[in-house]
Amino acid sequence: MRLNVPTMSEMMAKGETPEILFWVGCAGSFDDRAKKITKALVKILNHCKVSFAVLGTEESCTGDPAKRAGNEFTFQMQAMMNIQVLDGYDVKRIVTGCPHCFNTLKNEYPELGGKYEVIHHTQLIQDLINTGKLGLEGSQTYKGKKITFHDPCYLGRANDVYEAPRALIEKLDAELVEMKRCKTNGLCCGAGGAQMFKEAEKGNKEINIERTEDALESNAEIIATGCPFCNTMMTDGIKNFNKENDIQVLDVAELIANAAEL
Amino acid sequence: MLSIVVFISLFVFSTGLFLLNANKIRKNIRLGRVVNRSDKPLIRLKTMVMVALGQKKMFNRPIAAFLHLALYVAFVITQIELLEIIADGITGNHRMFYFSLGDFYVFMVSFIEILSVLAFVATIAFLWRRNMLSLPRFNKNELLGWPKKDANLILIMELVLIVFILTMNGTDEVLYNRGGSYVDFSKGSFGFSISAWLGPLVFDSFNVETLRIFERIGWWGHISMVFLFLNYLPYSKHLHVLLAFPTTYFSNLQAKGKFSHMKSVENEVKLILDPNAIPPESDAPPSRFGAKDVADLTWKNLLDAYSCTECGRCTDVCPANNTGKLLSPRKIMMDTRDRLVEVGELKKGEVDNKSLLGDYISPEELWACTSCNACVEACPINIDPLAIIIDLRRNLVMEESAMPSELAGMLTNIENNGAPWQFSQSDRLNWANEE
Repeated sequence: MRLNVPTMSEMMAKGETPEILFWVGCAGSFDDRAKKITKALVKILNHCKVSFAVLGTEESCTGDPAKRAGNEFTFQMQAMMNIQVLDGYDVKRIVTGCPHCFNTLKNEYPELGGKYEVIHHTQLIQDLINTGKLGLEGSQTYKGKKITFHDPCYLGRANDVYEAPRALIEKLDAELVEMKRCKTNGLCCGAGGAQMFKEAEKGNKEINIERTEDALESNAEIIATGCPFCNTMMTDGIKNFNKENDIQVLDVAELIANAAEL
Repeated sequence: MLSIVVFISLFVFSTGLFLLNANKIRKNIRLGRVVNRSDKPLIRLKTMVMVALGQKKMFNRPIAAFLHLALYVAFVITQIELLEIIADGITGNHRMFYFSLGDFYVFMVSFIEILSVLAFVATIAFLWRRNMLSLPRFNKNELLGWPKKDANLILIMELVLIVFILTMNGTDEVLYNRGGSYVDFSKGSFGFSISAWLGPLVFDSFNVETLRIFERIGWWGHISMVFLFLNYLPYSKHLHVLLAFPTTYFSNLQAKGKFSHMKSVENEVKLILDPNAIPPESDAPPSRFGAKDVADLTWKNLLDAYSCTECGRCTDVCPANNTGKLLSPRKIMMDTRDRLVEVGELKKGEVDNKSLLGDYISPEELWACTSCNACVEACPINIDPLAIIIDLRRNLVMEESAMPSELAGMLTNIENNGAPWQFSQSDRLNWANEE
């Protein structure tokens, strides 16, 4: 099935205004694994006939990794340029595929004048199911499967979103199993705070290995996440234990798209 | 008469000394940068009542929370008895509230005694946990030396306090039995829950004169320990008994993921993006970006540092610390406090060529942080070590250009092509047409 991915400029040329902007993010645009998550989300949006658009080549990094790394200049340069673009299209609502973009757009743009309603993709999908636009009734894809959810720090602790992704896993008729450290006590995958872009400091273990051990202990067959960076870290962790044939690491959007056979 | 003079002198001296030291701490905290935490007073009050008074976050670890609660409630309720001791000391009376309060007095002292015994048990448990159990968080490097001694000293002082008060009440019970109490020369018992049986059990073999001496030792010992403890607080991690309240009241109420906005940078960036913009005259550029030393942090960061009681729950949940990295959020708080105390000792205009960043906290610690907020979440009194870590990072990056080389590359990529990796912005939508 061909994806229908309208851009804001195309929409504007047609004199249309989408209800929501899909902020794809750098990982979602360029990382091969994360691109699959992006496409899964677009399939859901297309299937539910959501009026959306992307910025396409007008999108740029939110500045999150710069801000976490301590470079406020680079962050604010990015933010101000992005706000100009967003305001140029009169954007009101944004959905992101990445908790880092989500956090930055939602919490750090308002002080620079960028005020939008920002939601994470798990919240949007939950809304689509609750309003009956997306049905998963009778889906057998993940029925009875043990699925654990790894809380991305920038979705959970940073923004108190714990329930939307879990509610979606329960819609799959799957068995949600929690790791010993979950929700407010969830352990970081090791990628946050710009760690994704550097070698870890000297220690005796990698953080993603520590977290993967939690996941293995839960006996889950699938590790669900809601963040492209968590996805990379957990996938690497699973490979480290040679479990890639037994345990899948999937984004909640992929689980839903698969279950709905999109 | 002599005892009244001695008591009043002790009282005035110890309260005065405490106020003097408290004022030093207040001044040190005010060295910090301005940050507004006076909005939403009702929510702040509620946070303080739940988190400090109600100890909500302590209960994430129920056993420790229960033991701590015993100590805490005993500490708070004992203040009523302390009022009587002070009133007695000033007027030269004995158990001044006994006649006016009647049965309620017996109930009150009995209640305090039960709590004191619970507190005694809790203190022994804490000493055992700290010294006999090898719990990782009580054996980290930053606790070696003085911090460990400080913790034990506080617990021992608490034991001594309780022993003194039970000695006072216990001997008084025996004296009362024999018609020799200062308070009431009839025979019988006060009916204090613990002392009524513990007193006779321990002190029955002594004569009235000796018991009276013991009773006075108990009384003077207790009040002296209180004065000593009060003046030990400003030099100790135990200051949390007081500062937990302002620290929670002034908690960060915004989403934990929101890092502080730098207004000074905003002005400069606006000038870069729009050369016609007029720089605001009132906002002189700050002497430095980010924090190099304690005075560059906010007053709330500094209050946090004084409030930390070094429990180590933050470090216990830190992913970096858990995997053997140098970073310990507790050490960040302890270093901030120790450096602040050091700066506070400097004379006006004096500089010591030392700084929090470098002399206390190393870049390696800062670069180990994943900014996951686990430490902030874990703190029983909402202390925010992450805010300090980020402000120190900002100084490294924006003032020193000192950062891991991969991060320098990542930043260059963002500046050049709008992504942390080397991909062209014009390829951003390629995924939509790939199979």
